[in-house]
Amino acid sequence: MQTITNDTWLLTVGTFLPLVGVLLMMFVPASEEKTHKQIGILTSAVTAAVGVYTLLRFDFDQSEKLQFFVDSEWITVIKSNYTIGLDGISLPLYFLSMVVTLLVMIYTWDNMPDAGNPKSFIILMLVLQVGMAGSFIAQDLILFFVFFEVVLLPMYFMIGVWGGDDRQYASLKFFLYTMFGSALMLVAFLALFFQTGAASFSFAHLMEAGALIDRDVQIWIFAGMFVGFAVKVPMFPFHTWLPDAHTQAPTQGSVILAAILLKLGTYGFVRIAIPMLPQGAKAWAPAIGILAVIGIIYGALGCLAQTDMKRLIAFSSVAHMGFVMLGISTLTDFGINAALFGMVAHGLITGMLFFVAGSVKHRYHTLEISRLSGLLIQMPRLGWILGFAAMASLGLPGLAGFWGEFPAILSAYNPNFGLSEALFRTLMVIAAIGTVFAAAYLLWLYQRTAFGRPNPEFEQSAHHPVGAGVNDEHHDVDLHDVTKIEWIAWTPFLIAIVVFGVYPQLMFGVMDPAVSLLIERVGAGIP
Amino acid sequence: MLGATLSSGWFLENAWLIPLIPAIGFVFIILFGKKMPQNGSEIGIVSIGISLAIAIGATFQWIDRVNSASGGSDYASGGFFGAFRAIFPTAADGGYGASFVEPVVKSWTWWQSGGLEFGIGQHIDGLAIMLLLLVTFISFLVQIYSTEYVSGDRRYTHFFASLTLFSAGMLVMVLAENMLQLILGWEIMGLCSFMLIGHWWEEEANSRAALKAFFTVRVGDVGLLVGTAIIFFGANDWAVEHGSNGFSIRGISAWALSGEASQSVLFWGGVALFIASIGKSGQFPLHTWLPDAMAGPTPVSSLLHSSTMVVAGVFLVARLYPVFFVGFDILDTTVNFITIIGGITIIVAAALAFVQDDIKKVLAYSTVSQLGYMMLGLGVGAWLPAVFHIFTHAFFKCALFLGAGSISHSGSHHSFDMKKDMGGLAKKMPITAATWMVSTAALCGIPFFSGFFSKDEIIDNASHNGYQFFYYVALVGAFMTPAYMTRATYLTFFGKPRGAAAGEHHDEGHDDAHGAAHADHDDHNGDAHDDHGAHDDHGAHHGPHESPWRITAPLIVLSILAIGSGYLNAPAFGTHYFTDWVEPVGVEVALDDEYGYSSGEDESAGIVLAAVQAGDEEYDVKAKGCGFADPSEGTVCYAPKLSHAVFSWSKAMPSIILVFAGILFSAWVCMGIYGDRRNPFAGLTSKFAPARWVHTLLVNKYYLDHLYEKVIVFAFAHPIARAAYWVNQNILDGIVNNVGRGGRRTGEWVYRNVDQRVVDGAVNASGLAASEGGHALQPVQSGKVNQYGALLFGAATVGAIVLILVNI
Repeated sequence: MQTITNDTWLLTVGTFLPLVGVLLMMFVPASEEKTHKQIGILTSAVTAAVGVYTLLRFDFDQSEKLQFFVDSEWITVIKSNYTIGLDGISLPLYFLSMVVTLLVMIYTWDNMPDAGNPKSFIILMLVLQVGMAGSFIAQDLILFFVFFEVVLLPMYFMIGVWGGDDRQYASLKFFLYTMFGSALMLVAFLALFFQTGAASFSFAHLMEAGALIDRDVQIWIFAGMFVGFAVKVPMFPFHTWLPDAHTQAPTQGSVILAAILLKLGTYGFVRIAIPMLPQGAKAWAPAIGILAVIGIIYGALGCLAQTDMKRLIAFSSVAHMGFVMLGISTLTDFGINAALFGMVAHGLITGMLFFVAGSVKHRYHTLEISRLSGLLIQMPRLGWILGFAAMASLGLPGLAGFWGEFPAILSAYNPNFGLSEALFRTLMVIAAIGTVFAAAYLLWLYQRTAFGRPNPEFEQSAHHPVGAGVNDEHHDVDLHDVTKIEWIAWTPFLIAIVVFGVYPQLMFGVMDPAVSLLIERVGAGIP
Repeated sequence: MLGATLSSGWFLENAWLIPLIPAIGFVFIILFGKKMPQNGSEIGIVSIGISLAIAIGATFQWIDRVNSASGGSDYASGGFFGAFRAIFPTAADGGYGASFVEPVVKSWTWWQSGGLEFGIGQHIDGLAIMLLLLVTFISFLVQIYSTEYVSGDRRYTHFFASLTLFSAGMLVMVLAENMLQLILGWEIMGLCSFMLIGHWWEEEANSRAALKAFFTVRVGDVGLLVGTAIIFFGANDWAVEHGSNGFSIRGISAWALSGEASQSVLFWGGVALFIASIGKSGQFPLHTWLPDAMAGPTPVSSLLHSSTMVVAGVFLVARLYPVFFVGFDILDTTVNFITIIGGITIIVAAALAFVQDDIKKVLAYSTVSQLGYMMLGLGVGAWLPAVFHIFTHAFFKCALFLGAGSISHSGSHHSFDMKKDMGGLAKKMPITAATWMVSTAALCGIPFFSGFFSKDEIIDNASHNGYQFFYYVALVGAFMTPAYMTRATYLTFFGKPRGAAAGEHHDEGHDDAHGAAHADHDDHNGDAHDDHGAHDDHGAHHGPHESPWRITAPLIVLSILAIGSGYLNAPAFGTHYFTDWVEPVGVEVALDDEYGYSSGEDESAGIVLAAVQAGDEEYDVKAKGCGFADPSEGTVCYAPKLSHAVFSWSKAMPSIILVFAGILFSAWVCMGIYGDRRNPFAGLTSKFAPARWVHTLLVNKYYLDHLYEKVIVFAFAHPIARAAYWVNQNILDGIVNNVGRGGRRTGEWVYRNVDQRVVDGAVNASGLAASEGGHALQPVQSGKVNQYGALLFGAATVGAIVLILVNI
């Protein structure tokens, strides 16, 4: 694999910088909440600035090569190295993770979840950021695995401590489920390592050597990775942790979960499972495609059945990640480009939807769709943003969601490497019908919550506590439109959705060369 | 004369500005509209006005270009008027405009995938020019009209924003250079129709109508996505080889006619794309959203029904005509998918128009029926008459809708119910009545009005091209159209004034909910905040009167065009300007290898031509020519070679007779049913059971809405979704939970039975491990995650070793 070794310090600094903030916060007493929030914002801002610098230093004409490449000894006993690099596939996600963390941090300024204790909360988010960024730069399987697992614990605590009523169950389910996947994944990693002669864990080596493994063995190893990544994505039928985790998580947790964490799974498929085990990937592709499309329809039906806004959005993730996986399963450059675009778009759009859901919850203390109505009258700006995000989510051209969805559907018409056309064309039609369902559940949600007249229950705020006995917390309803902090946190999302929707070449131009190279490599491994 | 350079000009080269300006206007209205003195409406009007100016300029330059292509000397660059003065040959078939006029194509890189770059840009040919002019012109008038009609509305600014974006969406689609750009415009229109139909979303009926419109069209859009995919992969290899790609309109057209395209790919691609047209253009059986879309403010209806939105489906077929022409074997068969749908739609929709009480719904079904004519025209190979019908229909249908709006605004006190609140309005609203009559005459196809020239050509060509059955279908439609329009005209303008038209004061249980929305309106402001039967009892009320100039001026302009536009292509008078300027000429065009395809930077990316024409001989139409024979080596075709029926009054006689018969018969029936005149039709539905059944069937819209809403949508939204969710919660999640619970119980059992008992005796390894397991699996209660993690890692290591051993 061709690499460029410029600015070798850049990725390491960008990834581990949040730990400096963590270190600082260790010495500040927990009672100084404001200081913690400031340190959190500052740290993530500096991290994001490093991210911007990375963008500036990145050579976009050679986005198929690994840049800022470092390869130094790490754990020699098991032949694992500290190998990191960034190419067109990982750059968008790497940068996205930095930006999302910063914005979530800003959002936290005003919207600390009820359990309080910003010190721990912010420390966890910073650690989470290290794990996410690290996963995208790792070019060594063990290193990747370590980062991949680092992500798990902070999220477990975020849900378990700052979550909703059912947080215990949800957080544990999240943890055990992902652990279960990780275990199988680790088995597969180790098997791959030994099958390739136990020489190295580096991606470059495994991509070359992995393709030479027997087809049957590849299929078994792929199965292990498949479960590990599919749980993370999540793909049907491994998705049941997701609605619970999303619904119970605090807003910040939901946003990060949707925007970045789910992408670790799809990224794993594109970066690890498929190029390292081309024949295994080809054998598994029809199954992945079928499960992806089941996920699209099934997720949509799940959405239609929901009575809780946040849970509905969570289910829509299952459907959207179905499109991403469908694109990946075609093993075409079109499909994988679409999938990568879809990952970022879904991160932005669904992240935005969760933000809105969080704000609705914050104001009404409920997310029951049947109790919400007339959002556009009571909080017109919030209503508009919800409508905008819903439109983006259903794949309206001109907004980012379309470019993940349509090319994925398109690519299924012509799958690569002799995959069954009849099967994939059927999948294409079903996936296209899935877009109708997306319109149905999103617009129906919008009609019920934003249109119409406000629920008299929430008509006025000043003196009567709302739904006493219905709500666990007897807050007064304080209906105010989008606040300044919310604007600061959300505007970048909104702008990015429009910009990538109007001019998708910004992202396709970066990803396409790297994806083309990847497909070429996969093709070479398939006799 | 061949090889002469085609004239172009600034307006043609920069036609892409036409959609861009309203799009920017939209952003400005959203951001600053509320702070403007006219609340943003001026931004909308100005942006559409600039676009209109550019479109007019581009039209002149296009006409020059056409003239320069076909020899030039006869009508040397005299601009529009020069072109008008020019004397054209009068042969109706193949004699004129024999040169291919190269479209003005531009493209900039929009996105890339798999190393191919795809563009966004403009594709300006006669069809695009015609619609650019039409859309900007109608939008401009509708916006002026709206400043009066919706003035005082609480979402006045948003209304203009949506209206402007709506026009921008249509314009993006019209000049789309490729399929994705077309989809972009198509979907923006879908979004705007949602916003505009649901403009008064406080009422649930309106938001439901908006949802229904978006959703129904979205069902058709599945076809658009699938069809685009099919056509892309079918065309891409060929097109890339010829310097284009599988999304490009030109690439697709040339590929479809190249003879190298697979017939089945074209067929299925055509079917899928036509399904999209069915949804968008309100064809049977997806027409049900259109009448409900009347929930939007009247200017929206008029814009949506005349030149935007519903025309998009017809445009799609006209734009990719080679695909349909070859895919459906048009001219080689007597029936195809398009004619079937078009034919059914004409009759089915016209029948529904007879039982509507709401004047706008009569017009809505009339639009559906007329769109059926356009589709039928395209289906029978009458490309030009169909496109001409888009053109003429836009003027008179827009006038009719704006007229209906004028009546409700000033005549019937915001009611659209013809039976309850209208009648005898001709005297009170003379301008509205006159423009209505003219437009109705045009719609009915009375000779010398514009609708006659376009519709009759469709009917004539159906027979000419061998679609005899559909010729009769179209004739039946020609009888029904004047009949239902006569009924509507009679109920509205003649007879005794009823309800609001008689100056009655309505009071239908006005409650505060409405009062709140009305509060800030005085009577003259025209509270256009609700449509059906929303009545306002605030302020003084003074009976029906004529509307102010901002409403009547557009009406007058449109009604003049409802007559005049037909003479652009009136074979009865030997004019065929429209044919010359709009119809693409189906001749072989030489490919110029010299230019080739040079990535996105080349502004004229796509198939680049020399203005050299390959053959000049007279074609024996059915034996040879584009679409009938493969183009020869080194040449491509962009349009099929179509023949035109030669007009004669004798051939037009059947339809003319039927039109007048329809009017007279309907007038007679109306007087019986609605008037005082006693004739056999008075009380027919109560006397005669079959008539009652038919009436019931029509009133219930063939029960299609029941089927869609109460059966299909309901089933998915409730039982099926719930069942899926039940499976999720109880089966999939049940498995997960049971595995968890089982694990915990195993742990407890191991702890009790193995650990406690065995460890007591002698410490052994398995007991220890089990103990670890027992504790570790307890976090379901205790949350000892770390131990559990350790266990899993241990298990993973063991598993890995086993796997390795097995595989070695």
